Amino acid sequence: MKKIINDPGNVVPEMVQGLVRSNSDIVELIPNTEAVVRADKESMKGKVGIVSGGGSGHEPTHAGFVGKGMLSAAVCGEVFTSPTPDQIFEAIKASNTGSGVFLVIKNYSGDVMNFEMAQDMAEMEDIPVKSVVVDDDIAVENSTYTQGRRGVAGTLFMHKILGAAADLGASLDDLEALSKQVLPNIKTIAVALSGATVPEVGKPGFTLADDEIEYGVGIHGEPGYRREKLQPSKALVEELVGKLKAEFNFKPGEKYAVIVNGMGATPLMEQYIFMNDVLDKLADEKLEVVFTKVGNLMTSLDMAGISLSLFKIEDDRMVDGLKHEVKTIAW
Amino acid sequence: MALTVEQAKTWLEDFYTEIEAQKQYLSDLDTPIGDGDHGNNMARGMTAVHEDISDADFASVSDLFKKVAMDLISKVGGASGPLYGTAFLEMSKTAAGSTELKDLVSAALAGIEKRGKATTNEKTMIDVWSPMAEKLNSDEAVSEADIDQFVESTKDMVATKGRASYLGERSVGHIDPGAMSSGYLLKALVKVGA
Repeated sequence: MKKIINDPGNVVPEMVQGLVRSNSDIVELIPNTEAVVRADKESMKGKVGIVSGGGSGHEPTHAGFVGKGMLSAAVCGEVFTSPTPDQIFEAIKASNTGSGVFLVIKNYSGDVMNFEMAQDMAEMEDIPVKSVVVDDDIAVENSTYTQGRRGVAGTLFMHKILGAAADLGASLDDLEALSKQVLPNIKTIAVALSGATVPEVGKPGFTLADDEIEYGVGIHGEPGYRREKLQPSKALVEELVGKLKAEFNFKPGEKYAVIVNGMGATPLMEQYIFMNDVLDKLADEKLEVVFTKVGNLMTSLDMAGISLSLFKIEDDRMVDGLKHEVKTIAW
Repeated sequence: MALTVEQAKTWLEDFYTEIEAQKQYLSDLDTPIGDGDHGNNMARGMTAVHEDISDADFASVSDLFKKVAMDLISKVGGASGPLYGTAFLEMSKTAAGSTELKDLVSAALAGIEKRGKATTNEKTMIDVWSPMAEKLNSDEAVSEADIDQFVESTKDMVATKGRASYLGERSVGHIDPGAMSSGYLLKALVKVGA
């Protein structure tokens, strides 16, 4: 293992400190937690708070998406481990300005239990809380840490749409309805070129041969659906868009938003090449692309690979939400 | 059969001692079918409980359980933290009205079932809590040997919930680590003799 760290057991607090100290105009630490809240408190007044979080190792997710127009607070658990309910509860309290709090949870058993428990704790203190569990990864039905499908980079569409709506004054009930509208229309599929090394473990969670790739790997290195020899970008796009096509049942003229996400160790050069091929393929399918984003947004430590998320736009107001101005570290 | 504050403290201290003694074994049970940290996670939580209750006075069993719940919630992590935390939170609520063992255990069971969205025969801690509650509710005595048998029964089950479910059939032959730690907790309760 070759990493720029001090103590494998202390990576999360040190990372959060560094993130907060280098972005003090955007986020601040919630005392006695590894959670961050918006520095711009004025932007939260009278609005429903949006809180997300999960295990660390996916930076800039989720703390990088805290700021006006997107999340109110984010909770950073241990590496690839759900944060505990008391920390989530602190983030809920820090985000509540009287209009309640909406939780965006990625579908992992630990995350779901810990966030639901925090929701119970908040309700005991009369803070209204609602939530959505995002399960956008179409690769497999059940996985190492998951009942049902996993929650991955498509979650960022949920953050963006709900954050914009909350910024414009949507109520807790409005946000719940909106989340239900968005959820079935976001889907993601990934391909990995190498495994990720958790600092406290010290070796990769899985290994691939030099010329081998695995389709459908999860953001914690959970197994995907097939291994084969490395293919050119166009062939990877053919495979991954093919999987998404089967899920969405593409029809000519439909509108989509696209996120190409690097898993941590894949250069932006490769991500742009991949996006170029994705856009060609979607044009072949006669789909209209109304929004695009490329970058390391929901990583998996030092995994090499890429994920492709599509969001089917059935209502043009969704495009406004995606383009709504934000002030965050990473969007 | 009603639990006093002193008995509850003895129960939790005994459980702490047992977890400390068995933490390696619990983690070993967790290695083939989970992620190998159940013993250490439980030990971290129970150490916090021990530190918070050993020299403290509690006005009621309900207050004591609430403290235990918060320690387990904040220190254990993973799925076990919310599950045990919920069990003690529900027992805390119930203890405000009754500290009868059958009422406490039934409340804990209901909380675990709700939090874990699981039921019996899925190779989880519920397979220990559920028969325990059943016996208590039919006013039968429960022995330590009975509890051993509840734990042992998870060995032949196929996991369909929790981490172990990923292994499906391959989980057969392993005792569920959450069932084992629940076995220690309930045996310590039986020993208190409330």
